[in-house]
Amino acid sequence: MSINWYKYSAPATFYGLAVRLAPWFGGAAAILTVIGLYLSFFVAPTDFQQGEAYRVIFIHVPAAWMSMFIYLVMAAWAAVGLAFNTRLSFMMARALAPTGAMFTFVALWTGAFWGKPMWGAWWVWDARLTSELILLFLYVGIMALWAAIDDPRRGDKAGALLALIGAINVPIIYFSVKWWNTLHQGSSIKPSGTSMDEVMLAGMVVMAIAAWFYTIAVVFVRVRRIILERERHTEWVKHVLEGA
Amino acid sequence: MLDFLLTVIRRDLLLATRRRGDWLTAQFFFVMVVSLFPLGIGPEPELLKRIAPGVVWVAATLASLLSLPRLFADDHRDGSLEQMLLSPEPAVLLALGKAVAHWLIYGIPLLIVAPVLGIQFALPAEAIGVLVLSLALGTPILSLLGAVGAALTLGLRGGGVLLTLLILPLYVPALIFGAGAVDAMLAGTGAEANLSLLGAFFVLSLIVAPWISAAALRVSME
Repeated sequence: MSINWYKYSAPATFYGLAVRLAPWFGGAAAILTVIGLYLSFFVAPTDFQQGEAYRVIFIHVPAAWMSMFIYLVMAAWAAVGLAFNTRLSFMMARALAPTGAMFTFVALWTGAFWGKPMWGAWWVWDARLTSELILLFLYVGIMALWAAIDDPRRGDKAGALLALIGAINVPIIYFSVKWWNTLHQGSSIKPSGTSMDEVMLAGMVVMAIAAWFYTIAVVFVRVRRIILERERHTEWVKHVLEGA
Repeated sequence: MLDFLLTVIRRDLLLATRRRGDWLTAQFFFVMVVSLFPLGIGPEPELLKRIAPGVVWVAATLASLLSLPRLFADDHRDGSLEQMLLSPEPAVLLALGKAVAHWLIYGIPLLIVAPVLGIQFALPAEAIGVLVLSLALGTPILSLLGAVGAALTLGLRGGGVLLTLLILPLYVPALIFGAGAVDAMLAGTGAEANLSLLGAFFVLSLIVAPWISAAALRVSME
């Protein structure tokens, strides 16, 4: 069976898909969050070095992963939009940014709660904290640019260009800050195996998948609103709104 | 093509000489911001020496941001920017020429003033040399990346503040490597590593930024 994926690049058809899929992803995210939180707070053993405080990791690490990953996905949609001039790609990029900024903020916030018992300070100018902060600034800049431009077509493209140059800059910022100063503990998950207990890893992976599903659900809801707003003059939107 | 580039640069230089007020404002802004730090922190030479590289570099990024909103705005207002984009010459060269002119007008004077500020901050002679070298490599990055922001925010309400928000995060590597070079010199480890990285970042900006500014100009003029 072959599916015609291009069919869904039209906002009108994608709208229906988003409406149908959003509750499923949202429900899955809710269930996985409950499982993940149970694993991380009741099943996972206490860390012998860091005590109970390490449990922030189950929210902190997935949030930090998502914050960087969403930026890449957003930049990829922006690139697709610029290359093929597809309206839906820009809408996806716009829908992703607030969630990415939210996860960046959560990562910084929970990082502060972790840093206080571990390092004795809410904030240190460590490489990863600083680059995460700059990532938040990049998100804010892109959203501010979108907010300042009234014409949607111009806003789409200007934001997309900024997202692209930001994506080129992100690794440079990361390494520059890293060489500048480093205090953060090394990654616990490495390609050559992990230094974590299996239950801890399971809790973290479940939470990460929950964060993914949550992102997809929220982005579908947000992209639906954007489509409705942009296409409000068309027949099909009038039809949808009358039916609702 | 080279003719077109030179024409763009020469035109902007000529316009700048006709309006010296704008030009002097940015230079004095740089000097004043740097001079405020000793007043706020205290006159101990050891402390001033420690903070000098960062202070000079941060002031340089702010000074470049101060002049950037006008990079395309005047030409946009009188319509000449549109004419230049309509011409058969590539828009990339227009963007590059504008950035080069911005650096010649606002970047070079910083290099000339910086040694004086270095003396005020009790920097040793070799550290001042590295400071000027790092600014010579780094200020073109500020102009090149800044041109992208200026093109993106062209004609928007509150464009100046928005430009700051968009571009400052992108300046971070230049700031770190630039100030880091002087710090490394003061610490006795040699400035080569930081200067090499700064040079690499400059080359990358030179290759990538004009294309993005040109695309941004087209988007803004639609």
